[in-house]
Amino acid sequence: MKVPREIDLSLVTEAVKGLLIKANISIGQDIYNALVHARDRVEESPVGKYVLDQIIRNHDIARSDQMPICQDTGMAVVFTDIGQEVVFRGGNLVQAINSGVEEAYREGFFRRSVVADPLFDRKNTGTNTPAVIHTRIVPGDRMTLLVTPKGFGSENMSALKMFTPAEGPEKVRDFIKETVAAAGPNPCPPTIVGVGIGGTVEAAAIMAKRATLYPIGRRNTDSRYAALEIESLAAVNDLGIGPGGLGGRVTCLDVHIDFAPGHIAGTPVVVNICCHASRHAEVTI
Amino acid sequence: MKYAGRIVTPLTDKAVLSLRSGDKVLISGIIFTGRDAAHRRIADSIGGNRPLPFDLNGQVIYYVGPSPTPPGKTCGSAGPTTSGRMDPFTPLLLDLGLKGMIGKGTRSSEVIDSMVRNKAVYLGAVGGAAALISKSITRMETVAWPELGPEAVFRMRVEDFPVVVLIDAYGKNLYETGPRQYLRDPAGRPGEE
Ligand code: SF4
Repeated sequence: MKVPREIDLSLVTEAVKGLLIKANISIGQDIYNALVHARDRVEESPVGKYVLDQIIRNHDIARSDQMPICQDTGMAVVFTDIGQEVVFRGGNLVQAINSGVEEAYREGFFRRSVVADPLFDRKNTGTNTPAVIHTRIVPGDRMTLLVTPKGFGSENMSALKMFTPAEGPEKVRDFIKETVAAAGPNPCPPTIVGVGIGGTVEAAAIMAKRATLYPIGRRNTDSRYAALEIESLAAVNDLGIGPGGLGGRVTCLDVHIDFAPGHIAGTPVVVNICCHASRHAEVTI
Repeated sequence: MKYAGRIVTPLTDKAVLSLRSGDKVLISGIIFTGRDAAHRRIADSIGGNRPLPFDLNGQVIYYVGPSPTPPGKTCGSAGPTTSGRMDPFTPLLLDLGLKGMIGKGTRSSEVIDSMVRNKAVYLGAVGGAAALISKSITRMETVAWPELGPEAVFRMRVEDFPVVVLIDAYGKNLYETGPRQYLRDPAGRPGEE
């Protein structure tokens, strides 16, 4: 019989804290490279090039001065895949994750942007907790933590639509394009668009959020979905919104699509937009 | 893109009228911060005939909620927030002499009409370029409502704060003219100029 692997929860707290500090300060190399490529090779608009240049210089300054890339250090979203042979010791998993968030935002001098009640008093919790936690139980004895501080300029521009079985991929592409068009300059373009297709409403939303975190240039392994990603990216960039929404070719750095089996009667599609400050970091313990 | 020039706050009508949508300019001088909660309080103060935390005449408001100031720094990261949420309050402030706003994102037609009437300008800082912008902030102090945390009103001294004129005092809007130039129709042909 297999012996369960123990993970001390203080390790989880440390990991979440470290990942959030890293993500808020230093952008992933794939995004950095995509921004440089966009500025030097793709963008035609002078103001668009200028905006891209400021964004790139901002990443350099954030990294060298250890400052948050953006003042909106977001709501902490934590995806965790837990091996079924893992046993946690030393407390409570949710609390351990939230402690990591709280410590990261305090020690990193990050802005706390979470309110306890979303509708009535909207009082700030003062700790940037609770995090939004998505847990999956997977085979094995390891645990993966993927964190992303999600800014709301772009989150606010996301959309859900229920499609009928008769509606095909063109309709989905049009919905992606319409959502980006309606967002205009607000989500801080160039954006990264994550799309979740199928399953139920909440399953599609979680897929879409995860999809925003895929590396730039990653294509769906199903060639039909990969083609839809490429077509949607081209359609979105035809909008002319451009960097900062001031006009240009580069409105979006990539469109990532994920899909899941769905019901015979309908297909939820969620378009989740992430700004150019697509901050995320991952570790396996 | 070259800088069209430098402007110094407080803004005069002459300075405002010299700015054109699409110009890239550097701002120096004193600016005030304010976002959702501060705007609501400013509007309440005006409604209740209570004094305002600062005289709006000729001033510039920056829509920002900075991240906390780390030790040894003047200010945390301080990029613009979405301006549209301030739209319901803005005409009131413009009528009281506010001359400039710094933010990101589109404005309502009421705001643009009021800007033209009051000779005011809407300037854009690059959303997400928050660490870079913080470098041009040389002093920062709280003016009102510290209990609002990042949403308090701060007085900032800025030097060469880089902005683009988004909507000028003639109502010309870069968010309309810019994207239109690069729009391509679904067949891939360029859109009308
Ligand atoms: S949308 Fe992103 S880059 Fe823009 S202000 Fe929000 S967090 Fe920052």
